[in-house]
Amino acid sequence: MSATDLAVESAIRDLETTPAPKPSLHRAPLELRALKSGILTGLTWIAALLASVPLFSVIYELVVAGGSRLNWETLTALPPSAFDLGGGFGNAIIGTGVMVGIATLISVPIGILAAVYLAILDPDSKLAHTVRFLAKVLTGFPSILAGVFVYAVMVVTMKTYSALAGGVALAVLMLPTVVLAAEQAMTMVPKKMKDAAFGMGCTRTQVILKVVLPTGASGILTGVMLAIAGAAGNSAPLLFTALFSDYYLRSLTEPTASLAILIFNFSGMPYENQIQLAWAASLVLVLIVLVFNVLARIVGRQKY
Amino acid sequence: MHANPDMTAAGTAPTNAPARNQTVMDCQLEKVFYGDFLAVRDSKVPIEKNKITGFIGPSGCGKSTVLRSLNRMNDLIPVFRLEGKVTYHGQDIYDAKVDPVVVRRYIGMVFQQPNPFAMSIYDNVAFGLRLNGFKGNLDERVERALQGAACWNEVKDKLKNSGLSLSGGQQQRLCIARAIATEPDVLLMDEPCSALDPIATRRVEELMIELKEKYTIALVTHNMQQAMRVADTTAFFGVDISQGSRTGYLVEMGPTKRIFEQPEQQLTREYVRGEFS
Repeated sequence: MSATDLAVESAIRDLETTPAPKPSLHRAPLELRALKSGILTGLTWIAALLASVPLFSVIYELVVAGGSRLNWETLTALPPSAFDLGGGFGNAIIGTGVMVGIATLISVPIGILAAVYLAILDPDSKLAHTVRFLAKVLTGFPSILAGVFVYAVMVVTMKTYSALAGGVALAVLMLPTVVLAAEQAMTMVPKKMKDAAFGMGCTRTQVILKVVLPTGASGILTGVMLAIAGAAGNSAPLLFTALFSDYYLRSLTEPTASLAILIFNFSGMPYENQIQLAWAASLVLVLIVLVFNVLARIVGRQKY
Repeated sequence: MHANPDMTAAGTAPTNAPARNQTVMDCQLEKVFYGDFLAVRDSKVPIEKNKITGFIGPSGCGKSTVLRSLNRMNDLIPVFRLEGKVTYHGQDIYDAKVDPVVVRRYIGMVFQQPNPFAMSIYDNVAFGLRLNGFKGNLDERVERALQGAACWNEVKDKLKNSGLSLSGGQQQRLCIARAIATEPDVLLMDEPCSALDPIATRRVEELMIELKEKYTIALVTHNMQQAMRVADTTAFFGVDISQGSRTGYLVEMGPTKRIFEQPEQQLTREYVRGEFS
């Protein structure tokens, strides 16, 4: 028997006779790595809470300050003049709705078609890379510049501020969000589903219309809803394009009221009534934005 | 020989009188390229009516490429190029006048990964019928296709549920139902069981044997036992690495029993004995 064999044998004997020390499986909360983990977890909790403080405090403030003025009159009446009491911002709600509607009608078809090109038709072409890059740049584009751009292109040429110009300015801001969200949603449609459609004898158009768009629909709609929510709350681009109006909308080619601009105007006025209305309008605007965000979550649920 | 289906315009699948030992498709590939890469060379693979033709061979031997050139699925790859011809009832499907979209309506396909659409079970099966503008009783055709694919009993009470809610094996049978709903002439199956467990595999294999009564099947399989169980004819493909590249080619083809028991080629013998894979 060699020396190593003997050593192995004695080791085995040791294992059999001396019981192995029992490892402790108890928690040791004060041990360094447990402590570190606990502290870091706590920090993430605090950060998460802090991140939601602004939204909740704003909503709280708006409900307290604007909630009392929220009634049928404020939602439907025209803005009061300087020393009047009462009044409301019905025209601004309509104006915001109409301009966001125009912006949606412009940005959604263009955005989805562009996304079809980016996601399916030619994803790796130079044009696609350029468009994708520009869309990303445009998402961070200062919104006031969208207003200035449309001012130069439309307001100056039409010689009037208008709901149309306001809608176009908002469309410029919505477009990149729609393009990128729709492209993302279509890229997520698995290749094997497209293969299946081609295998069934679909033309490329049929693959897009019958499989890619329906499968990506919820993602596309989510993007559209978020873009709408963003546009509804935007004031800067409207300053140069729609301006404001104290009357109900009669034509798309005249200055048009919007909630965002009404808040901007009234909050700076030295009259208690206007300031109250600015609070109430802010509350309405936040509620509209919230509704679209919630809608985005609801339509974002996959149907199948 | 019956009338040729017209593949230059949209139409419905032909109704063929069953005939035995008739070559439905004759695949005569000289060279298949992806860009500069020669993927497959010199492969003559006749596909006979109402039989299962199995394609076996090691990875990279081009068996899937050959299968996909039978319904022009490879055309979706921009750099694909084919020399030779593939005839379907005597017509070269690579003829310039032929529309690949129409070819795929006669020659259906079942893929390696089950790939139902993100829609209901019913809509999945009805997809091809609606695509072809089918005007008859849709419910009846959907039921018949699901019965044909041996999954009617499992799904008949949940036709409105998502096709994606089914198990992998059920999804694959749903895909087979979707493919046979339009009653194509030929069914191409590209490793249809490779993502399935043994029980689901067994069910799909039984299904293939039932389906060959009505359809002509070409089956790519990685599993030699599967070829032995279901294929009537087997084509063995090898890889030629002599030119410094990997080019697939047909080594030999014949009745499955002969290929496995008395192969003519040394390479086939080594492969079927499991000496390489």
